[in-house]
Formats: sequence, C-alpha cells, structure tokens
Amino acid sequence: MFNKDRWREIIEVLSSNVGRTLLTAFGVCWGIFILITLLAAGKGFENGIRKDFGDIATNTMFMWTRSTTKPFEGLPKGRSFEFKTNDVQAIWDNVPNLKYISPRNQIGGFRGGGNVVRGIRIGAYDVYGDYPEIIKQDPMTVTSGRFINYNDIEQKRKVAIIGQGVQSELYDKGEEVLGSYIKIRGINFLVIGTYKKNNNDGDGEEAQKQIFVPFTSFSQAFNRGEDVGWMAITAHDGSSISQLKENIIEVMRKRHKVHPEDKRAIGYFDLYEQFNRVESLFFGLKAIAYLVGIMVLLSGIIGVSNIMLIVVKERTKEIGIRRALGEQPISIKKQILMESIFLTIISGMVGIIFGALLIYGINSLLDSVGPVDMFMNPSVSVGVVSGALMILMISGLLAGFIPAQSAIRVRPIEALRTE
Amino acid sequence: MIEIKDLHKSYKMGSNSLHVLKGINFSCEAGELVAIMGSSGSGKSTLLNILGMLDEADSGEYTLDGVPIKDLSETKAANYRNKFLGFVFQSFNLINYKSAMENVALPLYYQRVPRKERQEKSLKYLERVGLREWATHLPSELSGGQKQRVAIARAMAAEPKVLLADEPTGALDSTTSYEVMDLIQKINDEGNTILVVTHEPDIAEMCKRVIHLKDGVIVEDKKVEQVRASQYVK
Ligand SMILES: Nc1ncnc2c1ncn2[C@@H]1O[C@H](COP(=O)(O)OP(=O)(O)OP(=O)(O)O)[C@@H](O)[C@H]1O
Ligand SMILES: [Mg+2]
Repeated sequence: MFNKDRWREIIEVLSSNVGRTLLTAFGVCWGIFILITLLAAGKGFENGIRKDFGDIATNTMFMWTRSTTKPFEGLPKGRSFEFKTNDVQAIWDNVPNLKYISPRNQIGGFRGGGNVVRGIRIGAYDVYGDYPEIIKQDPMTVTSGRFINYNDIEQKRKVAIIGQGVQSELYDKGEEVLGSYIKIRGINFLVIGTYKKNNNDGDGEEAQKQIFVPFTSFSQAFNRGEDVGWMAITAHDGSSISQLKENIIEVMRKRHKVHPEDKRAIGYFDLYEQFNRVESLFFGLKAIAYLVGIMVLLSGIIGVSNIMLIVVKERTKEIGIRRALGEQPISIKKQILMESIFLTIISGMVGIIFGALLIYGINSLLDSVGPVDMFMNPSVSVGVVSGALMILMISGLLAGFIPAQSAIRVRPIEALRTE
Repeated sequence: MIEIKDLHKSYKMGSNSLHVLKGINFSCEAGELVAIMGSSGSGKSTLLNILGMLDEADSGEYTLDGVPIKDLSETKAANYRNKFLGFVFQSFNLINYKSAMENVALPLYYQRVPRKERQEKSLKYLERVGLREWATHLPSELSGGQKQRVAIARAMAAEPKVLLADEPTGALDSTTSYEVMDLIQKINDEGNTILVVTHEPDIAEMCKRVIHLKDGVIVEDKKVEQVRASQYVK
C-alpha cells in the first residue's frame, strides 16, 4: 500500500497543477497555523500568570483580625482583638484535613524605615517571626546554612535567615555571612542561613529582601506576648481550603466573641479560590483557541475536499481507463484518500513550522526586551503538535472520503465514454 | 475461447427502452481474428463492451475460456479484465501524464508485478511495436499511429487471452491504419485471439472472419481470405 509507485503517483497528480495544489494547501496550512499560534499565546499567558503565583502552596489561605462591626455578648462594636498562639491548637482540634498552620508576626513593611543595622550599614526590611513549616507554604531555597528549626523555637534562639537581597546590601562581596550578627531594632541576631525565592513577578526583588527569625524569639524580642499577627493555613491535597475556610473562621469567631454574622471582623485571602478562578480562565482560553483553530482548519478541509472532487471529475476518463486495465475500485479509493491525506498533512506541517517559527521569534523578542507582565515563554507541547497531526490525518481522511466515493461510483464504461 | 448464447441488451431512456442486442449467438476459437461490422448504432461497441466485462448483458450466457462470466462484482470484473482481456480503443486512451513505458506497464502494475520486471516487460513490448526509442516520451509527443501502437503494446503487456479492439483505426489515416493492422496481424500470427470492430471494409478484409450486425442480431458470419497489410507498408 505504501509502495514507491503509489507515492510517485501522488506526487505526479499533485504536481500536475501546482498553482491549484498550493492554493488548496494554503487553507489547511492557515488553519493549523492559527490553532498552534492561539494555543501558544494561551500558554504564554498561562505561564506568565503561573509565574506570578511562584512556588507558593496554592491550597492555602491567609487570615488576620480586623475590628468587629457588630456588638456581641455585651461587647461593643468597633472592638479590636488579636489572634493568640493557642488559637493554632484550637484550629487543629476543631478542623480536620489541615496540613500546616503557621502563625506569623511581622515588622517592617513598606513604611518600616531603617530597622536593620550591621556596623555602619542600615536597611529597611520585612522581618518575620515564623515556624519551620512556613518554608513549605512559601517555598524558598536555602542557599547557605539552614532554615529555622524547632530547637530554635523552643530555646527562643536569636537567629535569623536573610534573603540574598539583604545580603548584598549589608555585606561586601565575598564576606562571610554565616556566624555574623545583624541588629534588628537594636537586638542582635545571629545569621544562620541565606535563602532565595523563585517567584519572579513584580515583587521579585522585594521577595529577596526578607528576614526570617523564630516565632518565639520574635515575640520575646519585640514584645508581642501571645499575639499572632496573621496565619497561613494550608489544607491537605485531598481537600480544598476554600471549603474548610468557613469552619476555621467560625472557630475563631467563637474564641474571640465575635458575632456569628460579623463578616468583617476576620479578614482572609483564599489563594486557592483565586488560583481556581485563573485555572478556569486558562481552560476557557484553550477551548477558544481550539474552537477558532478547528473552525479555520475545517474550512481548509472543505477546500481540500472540493478540490479533490474537481480533480476526480477531471480524471473520470483516466479512472475509467485504469479500471478497464484492471485496477481494483478499492485501489482507486485508496489512491484518492492518500492524495488527500498527503496534501493535508504536508500543508499542515508547513503551518506547524510557520507557527513554530513565529513562536520562536516572539520568544527571542521577549528575551531581548526582558520580562513582560502576564506573558512568558509562549509554547506548544509535543503533545499538542502530535495532536494536531492526528487531527490533520483524520481531516485528510474525511476530506478525501466523498471524492474517493464519487471516483468509483462512475462505471468504467461511462467513464470511458466521457470526452 | 469465446462462447455467447442468446445475449440481450437494452438501454432504458426515461420511459422508452432501446433494445440494442436481440439475441446474439456467437463463438470463436483461440487464434481467430474476427472483424465485427455493421452500421452506426447497430450495437457493435455494446457487444464488445459486454465481451470486455465493461458492461453487463440483460440476459444470455457468456463463457470465456471455459469460465462462466456472470454476476460479477466490480472487484472481480476488474480482476478478470486485467488477467483475460486487452483493450484497444479508437481514441487510444493513454494516460497523458505518463510516459509510453509507464502506460504499457500499467496493467502489470495491477498484477503486482515488481517494478524492475515491469520495466523490462514494457520495454520488450514497446520494442515489438517498434517504439523502443520512444519509451520515455509522453503521449502528447507521439503521432496518432504511434499512440495506437503504444495502446496495443499496453493491451498485450499483460498477455491476455483475448484482445478487444473498438475501431482501432477509426482515428487514423489509411497508411497508419495499415501499419496498425500489420501489427495486429503479426500478434494474431503468434496465436492470440483478436476481435476488431470496424466500419471499413478494407480493414475487415485483413481479418480472417467477418460478422455483420444488423437490427440487434448477427445477419452474416463468413470466413474471408486474409489480405496481408504488410504489402501496403513500406
Ligand atoms: N449508455 C447508453 N445509454 C443509452 N443508449 C445507448 C447507450 N450506449 C449506447 N446506446 C445506444 O445503443 C445503440 C448502439 O450503440 P453502440 O455504441 O453499440 O453502436 P455502434 O454499433 O458501436 O455504433 P458506432 O459504429 O457509431 O460506434 C445506439 O443507438 C446508441 O445510441
Ligand atoms: Mg462504436
């Protein structure tokens, strides 16, 4: 079936009217080009957005206190309150399927001013009091030394892990960092590690300029007592934090005497919900890309089918001669189908190549102008390309089907009579 | 070789039907060279097409070399045509984008003869019709007589039991016609069975037997003294 003669035959027929063949090929070429380009653009958008999320555990919520907006059990509205360290245990006791609960405290922030001093150098950094688990929720790579551990927590050691941004501002190049001291609000902390974070969005630089110290040491050093600034809570993979969120907040309302209807007293940010919203956006984009691409491709295929029909009409006489000489109807059908598939696949591949070139061009453009907001590394996977080839194969078959059928419907005697 | 009994064929055209063959009885032995004559519209081509399995009779029997020909599927008919029959048409019916050699090789291709052997064989047959040097030429580069000789080579390449020629000289001038008939006679001399449809009495005289068709039946069937075409060919 795939012998040399058959191929020669196909090439002969397709090259006998080059102009028409190219015009037909263009339809399919264009369709697959649009499909590939749209998918790549969608992927670029997706990559860009995903990068903004960084490595952060997405099944996570953040929760903090605000002032109450409803009086409750004799307490006035407008009352402010704080989470306490024992709230953490209360959540563990009352809400199942949670993986991490990290109470956190913070000083610094944007309005922090110079709060960290080393020798004659001074800097303004976010300083966090944290538990060891935070590295699982807000992933960072420890580039030297180590991260906080439970001994640090229990013994309230005055130790700190600093970001690479902090290091480059407070230290000379090549200067030993581990074992040195920095003064945070006048209190000495021993530097035991450095880290680097992977997310690369607008806050990229800010993310490298943080300092982590043990939660307990932080509370002691900066007089937070049992107060907890906010919490980062991650659910197990099997369940979603969005569903557990209400339970957690309810536990907190009860413990802090907040009116059950008071929606504003406890603030939160549900990362998972945001993430899902974006995920469905990606899905929608992909669906649109496929829809538009396949529509365009379809018109290309109809073009191929039409041309093949004309070719068959033109070759009626020839087909009659072949059949008189003893060619089997099935062989004629195969011939037409293979011409159609061949034409579709070749032109489709040209479309894929042009699409790939365009994607390559955009990528090198992005590389040269630097990162762009919400768009990064547009690409199509090998899976998509082989999927596209599959689609082409099937469409070639469909496009050739009707012409092939009509080629053998004419009886040889009638085919021979046509002049 | 060929045996037909009470063959009928009519064409339906709307409400009328045209009864073309009204009970043909005919038989011929291997090695015969038969001319089929008759006025235009008398059903010569119709008969030849039925013999060639390009068309089907409405009723009657047809046996080719002992094989009963009836209720053929299109696939089987193609198979029989390929193995048993060679065709020569008035309008040559060469495939115009294939060279002379490729045209001759075509029936062999359908017999799944390997490429190499196909080329050798088709060159051999082109040699026999005197067109070896024209093997790589396209039909458009050949004269009418040359085209018909290529068509005869093509018909003979598959070594058929019977060669069917429908007015093979109809589109040729008399000199070229004689050349073609000379070739047909030579092929017949080798023992091949050949049926030739023709209008022209001088062509019919170059056969060994002439049958006349009129009003859908055979009205005359006679042996003739064969006139050799070679005497008219330089
Ligand atoms: N497919 C067809 N449909 C209807 N009528 C047909 C068909 N083929 C042939 N006929 C009719 O059948 C009759 C015989 O046709 P046929 O072609 O056999 O004649 P012929 O003897 O070969 O004539 P000529 O010498 O002109 O070639 C003619 O009247 C023709 O019009
Ligand atoms: Mg005729």
